[in-house]
Amino acid sequence: MSRAADAPSPAPLLAVRGVKKSFGATQALKGVDLTLERGQVLALIGENGAGKSTLMKVLSGAHAADSGEMSLEGTPYRPAGPLHARGLGVCMIYQELALAPHLSAMENILLGIEPTFGPLMNWRETRAIARRALDEVGLPGLDPATLVADLSIAEQQLVEIARAVAVGCKVLVLDEPTSSLTQKDVQALFALVRRLKAKGVAIVYISHALEEVEALCDRFTVMRDGETVGHGRVGEVPVDRIIALMVGRDVEDLYPRSPRSAGEPILELRALAGQKFPRSAGLLLRRGEVVGVAGLIGSGRTETLRALFGLDPVVSGEIRIRGIVTSPAGPGTRWGQGLGLVSEDRKTEGLAQNLSIAENLTLSRLDGLGPWGLVRPSRQNAAAAPWIKSFPIKCQGGEQAVEALSGGNQQKVAIARLLHHDCDVLLLDEPTRGIDVGSKAQIYAWIDRLALGDPATGKAPKAVLVVSSYLPELLGICDRIAVMTRGVLGEARPVADWNEHSLMLAATGQDQRA
Amino acid sequence: MSQPSASVSVSSAPKKSSRVVALLGRLAALAAVYAFFAILTPGSKGFMSDANTQLMLQDIAVVAMAAIGMTIVIIAGGIDLSAGSSIALAMITTAYVLNLGPEESKLVLAHPVALPLLAVAAAVCVSTLIGFINGALVTWMRIVPFIITLGTMQMARGFAKLVANEQNIYPPAAVQDLWVARLLDPSKTVFTWPFLPLAVWLVIGAALFTALFLRYTRLGRHIFAIGSNEKTALLCGVPVARTKILVYMIGGLFSGLAGVLFFARLGSIGQPTEAIGYELFVIAAAVIGGASLLGGRGTILGTMIGALIITILRNGGVKMGWPQYTQEIVMGAVIIVAVAIDNLRQRQRT
Repeated sequence: MSRAADAPSPAPLLAVRGVKKSFGATQALKGVDLTLERGQVLALIGENGAGKSTLMKVLSGAHAADSGEMSLEGTPYRPAGPLHARGLGVCMIYQELALAPHLSAMENILLGIEPTFGPLMNWRETRAIARRALDEVGLPGLDPATLVADLSIAEQQLVEIARAVAVGCKVLVLDEPTSSLTQKDVQALFALVRRLKAKGVAIVYISHALEEVEALCDRFTVMRDGETVGHGRVGEVPVDRIIALMVGRDVEDLYPRSPRSAGEPILELRALAGQKFPRSAGLLLRRGEVVGVAGLIGSGRTETLRALFGLDPVVSGEIRIRGIVTSPAGPGTRWGQGLGLVSEDRKTEGLAQNLSIAENLTLSRLDGLGPWGLVRPSRQNAAAAPWIKSFPIKCQGGEQAVEALSGGNQQKVAIARLLHHDCDVLLLDEPTRGIDVGSKAQIYAWIDRLALGDPATGKAPKAVLVVSSYLPELLGICDRIAVMTRGVLGEARPVADWNEHSLMLAATGQDQRA
Repeated sequence: MSQPSASVSVSSAPKKSSRVVALLGRLAALAAVYAFFAILTPGSKGFMSDANTQLMLQDIAVVAMAAIGMTIVIIAGGIDLSAGSSIALAMITTAYVLNLGPEESKLVLAHPVALPLLAVAAAVCVSTLIGFINGALVTWMRIVPFIITLGTMQMARGFAKLVANEQNIYPPAAVQDLWVARLLDPSKTVFTWPFLPLAVWLVIGAALFTALFLRYTRLGRHIFAIGSNEKTALLCGVPVARTKILVYMIGGLFSGLAGVLFFARLGSIGQPTEAIGYELFVIAAAVIGGASLLGGRGTILGTMIGALIITILRNGGVKMGWPQYTQEIVMGAVIIVAVAIDNLRQRQRT
């Protein structure tokens, strides 16, 4: 655990020394050092906004470094662009897969380097090369002519790795490769990474999940605020030290839970059923409570929130808000009744990516932002400003487009919308998925603060319903937790009755109590 | 280190058959539309009469020719609203060249072989140039093709009127015996060579060539890649800018060829106010044929079927004695239904 690089060995495969990069006034990289040997898996960890993406772009040649040196196999490495980097054997697998969905797997693998006879495609050769690459990444059963759009996400990811394998990549950078994979596919990916490693490929593995880093990686490099702040061997350094390095302070209590007491019932579901899911969801939510919903992906948790919020049809069952039965209604009505939903998918549903922070934040409640029901942009910005300041959302101002923010800050905008709306019931679907530890801590603190209320300012306690697949988080912030199994929501029990093991048992339907 | 046990489950792939089903569906729709008019307007002057069939073949040739180019543009993720105006400008150019020379000694009378060739070459060059302008502006100015081609649509129409001096151009009567004017002439009977008007053969040839080009050349696959995911294509070293410009030039080229056919269709007249709104028929043909306006998807065969459906609808409506408004309502409804069915199928697949 030293700031200096590891002991110099003869010509590491990839070496980065003192790389800096600025965009206008903001310095995205303030000095990055890392070394990578053949057959090594290096974990690159850090919060969102720490500069990992910028570093990736410098490595891939998409951005040129302002200063600093990079070398590949002992010779200076100055990629002119992603294509050049790929030619030199440095390949990136981004979270947003870079595939052409309408083309076949083999065409994607050989896109831009197609074997040809003059102007004609050499399909036989294309198929043969793709076949070998697909075999190598663990897809021996896949017909290379299959359209990419017909593949699962996991298969698509492997096709993209096959593209790197087909050009004989030496350095493979994986950006949060497991964020959209099932447990089984994660194991397959790990097996592939180990195979590539055995062949001498060096891998940079970017991840938030420290469990994955421990399971897969040899060494780690931590980045914070555009700098590398620590290196080490995985297993030699305790996890909480790594977290402390990432956040820049000790995370004393990631999950604050002030002593609070449940108040009047505000939302009640009775045998709520949607078209497919949920089949039966019953729940009582009181003011001053944080209730968690655990369960497997696809068990119907999101569908329950959507049916409740009027995004999906309600087939049967009852919804009571403040004790009054309400008929199924659309999201507009639900907002009016004081409910607010944060979608699990902030990219395509939760936020209008190319609109500004202020527009996103005030979207559900535009009244009072100008005379005669008009919306004045200046008032909109003024309305957003306090939330930006108090959350805090790291940005250049309320006019900045949401798409320019890191995932964590985007999520804060999505949650701040409910605060601006002054919702009494906050429905949060995977509120911390794919965001950095620092943002998580801030969101947990806000959830606690909202459930507590503030008598000084006359703010009544709110009720919070959290759907999450991350069990430590649910156990950390909730008062009660219910488990959803195949569309049926179990009883919400006090958090003291649960642990990760019993939650998993209940989620897989093996819990006798449920 | 290999662990075959931990391989990803491979999704089953029923794509080939689904493509065949899509094709059969389109053919069935075509047959249904044809049968509808054939049954409802019988008789020697009706829909099925020889004269009407020849008329339809002429219209099909024009729409289908332009639709080949449009399909390529749409597959690449673009759109070309200037197609109708380009057709008009090419038609005017053809007429203008054939009308060169003083009143008593038109050049075409002295050079009955060379001048028609020159006229066609000029027409195709002009429309390809418009395609180049479209492509260059879309690529270099990074303005969406809808806007760029909306602009060039107006400009091409203006130029057509300028060249024609806002009047119809009537080349000498002798032109009507030259091959340019006879491209759409029916063959003597349906059973004697060449069976179909020369222009229809041209369209069939161009369609075949283009379909093979899209499927079997590197450039063709790059066009799909760009329409499917432009960023990925760029990342993989596909020359995106050059290919896109080329795509719009191909689109313009086919509009130009369609313009030459339109000249013959109008009886060797250049009419600058003709072919207004034609781009919508052409786009509709591609879309009914299964092309996606989001890019990455489309087939020439589908487009050809789409062109047939569109033309039969327009012609059949007239034969039924429907007023203009009914024809328009029906045409619009058919386009929406066709795309809706396609969408449903797409959604089922995923």
